[in-house]
Amino acid sequence: MLNKAGRDIPSVIPGFKEVKLYNGPFAANPTGRVVGPKITVNKPRSEKILKSIDQAIEATGLKSGMTISFHHHFRNGDYVLNMVVEAIARKGIRDITLAASSLTSTHDAIIPYIEQGVITAIETSGGRGKLGELFTSGKFLKKPVLIRSHGGRARAIEAGEVVIDVAFIGAPACDTYGNINGIEGKSACGSMGYAMCDAAYADQVVAITDHLVPHPLYPISIPQTNVDFIVEVEAIGDPKGIASGALRISKDPKELIIAEYASSVIEYSGYFKNDYSLQLGSGGASLAAAQFIKEKMIAQGIVGSFGVGGITAPFVEMLDQGLFKTLFDVQDFDIPSIDSLRNNPNHLEMSASYYANPHNRGPIVNKLDVVILSATEVDVDFNVNVITNSNGVIMGASGGHCDTAAGAGLSIVVAPLLRGRLPMVLDKVHTIVTPGETVDVIVTERGVAVNPNRKDVFENLKQANIPLMSIEELQQIAYDLTGKPESIPVTDEIVGVVEYRDGTILDVIRKPV
Amino acid sequence: MAIVGTGQAGTLESSDIMVTISPAEGAKTGIVVDLQSPVVKQYGRHIENLIVSLVSEQGLTDVKVFANDRGALDCTIKARVLTAVARCKKDRI
Repeated sequence: MLNKAGRDIPSVIPGFKEVKLYNGPFAANPTGRVVGPKITVNKPRSEKILKSIDQAIEATGLKSGMTISFHHHFRNGDYVLNMVVEAIARKGIRDITLAASSLTSTHDAIIPYIEQGVITAIETSGGRGKLGELFTSGKFLKKPVLIRSHGGRARAIEAGEVVIDVAFIGAPACDTYGNINGIEGKSACGSMGYAMCDAAYADQVVAITDHLVPHPLYPISIPQTNVDFIVEVEAIGDPKGIASGALRISKDPKELIIAEYASSVIEYSGYFKNDYSLQLGSGGASLAAAQFIKEKMIAQGIVGSFGVGGITAPFVEMLDQGLFKTLFDVQDFDIPSIDSLRNNPNHLEMSASYYANPHNRGPIVNKLDVVILSATEVDVDFNVNVITNSNGVIMGASGGHCDTAAGAGLSIVVAPLLRGRLPMVLDKVHTIVTPGETVDVIVTERGVAVNPNRKDVFENLKQANIPLMSIEELQQIAYDLTGKPESIPVTDEIVGVVEYRDGTILDVIRKPV
Repeated sequence: MAIVGTGQAGTLESSDIMVTISPAEGAKTGIVVDLQSPVVKQYGRHIENLIVSLVSEQGLTDVKVFANDRGALDCTIKARVLTAVARCKKDRI
């Protein structure tokens, strides 16, 4: 069956009760009610602190066949997920569904437990490295890996499509009664945005901390009312992997020219005025664009209303300089951002649902004017792939890509036109993560293309000194250099399913030959 | 034309290709290309055909070509193959 994005989706997919086809970015009309965790009781003077992760697994009653969740704010420095999965394996528990908000290459350590059948299903934002290769191989897991955006995951949790039996939350600071924040302790990660949904909706919540403090801890990101058990361990993460220092602005001439064009697109788009709002990706070109945008804001005396992220140091600088009034922060990438969340009252923490859930009463992405996003591949229909590489192997993550593209007034996708010999503007992307109808402008080092459904933006950009052209012309420039690539042959075996943020199926990932 | 020597051109830098042409291991083998490339799925056949046609245009018949590609464009491949051919002809006794 073809969906609205033109993708052939089988009517039956292993592990899916019902295959609902993507039918446009705002076509879904949700019904029913938000679900909730089991009601419980915690009597006065009872003890939440347990001695070990093993003890916590026993206390929660975790059994084979259940679903566990994790958050990815510790990024490549995370110890929590690997520790917990190891402990679960030692107990002989099997057939677990792993619903992590995302996975990084540090989680390659769980591969043996996937091979042994401890984890048999995975629902997450993406996969990298060996883990991504394993997903793409179709081996071991009982059903295809389910890819959700950050907003889509929050929606699925609230809608009861993901029922988390036990959420394990890495807590940079936790008090003896379960109040948590991410801004204190040696493993500080900043915002706890993704974990907030897990904590609020999981049947049981275990906080794992390396910084246990007397009650009450404040400020509170995740409240004691959500937390069942607390375990103190030596370390929940490697600070070097959790947050980098302030990233240097790129010196790559290709990234710089893409950034220059992207900032010109913003300047002339019609959106660049007082009180505009902005989200930036964390890629090189995106960070470089921040620098150029900052200069333009100062030069023209423009003050933005809010920034959204995925917060990085360039955004913090703009907040400090008064160029934005406030930041909404779901995750932090570097130390300056974590420091800012701790110290600046105008830097606000938010949950993944507040950030991007399409089925609540209004996520912040709906109020976004401009977002800059990166891409692995784009196609002539403006579809974007950020999940599979040029050989069809899973190597990236959906993140907030489709959420922000759908919500923002102007979504700008930046990508190099060529990577080595490979052209990045294709006839069809290998996997759609963000549908073309929500993408407005594609910026490359050799040209800028505007989606034909945004004639208003195209007219405005004629005044900008940028190489404006059609997406077909842009593709031709690439093909003249590289020739037309042969498509990647795939089998019929489905190894991944890309769910759109509204819960419909946007695309499937087939195992490459 | 058969050759006795070996000719090599190119590097293993990104977007380059290292081409090594050496005598065939036996008579009447034709031009045998061994291509390693990160884009073999997308451009493998194209690159092999390009190398065979360049080598045969230079009058070589029975040779072995080892091509270690790092994502080179056709212009680069052509330059490296022609140089490797010239070098192996120079080695001729």
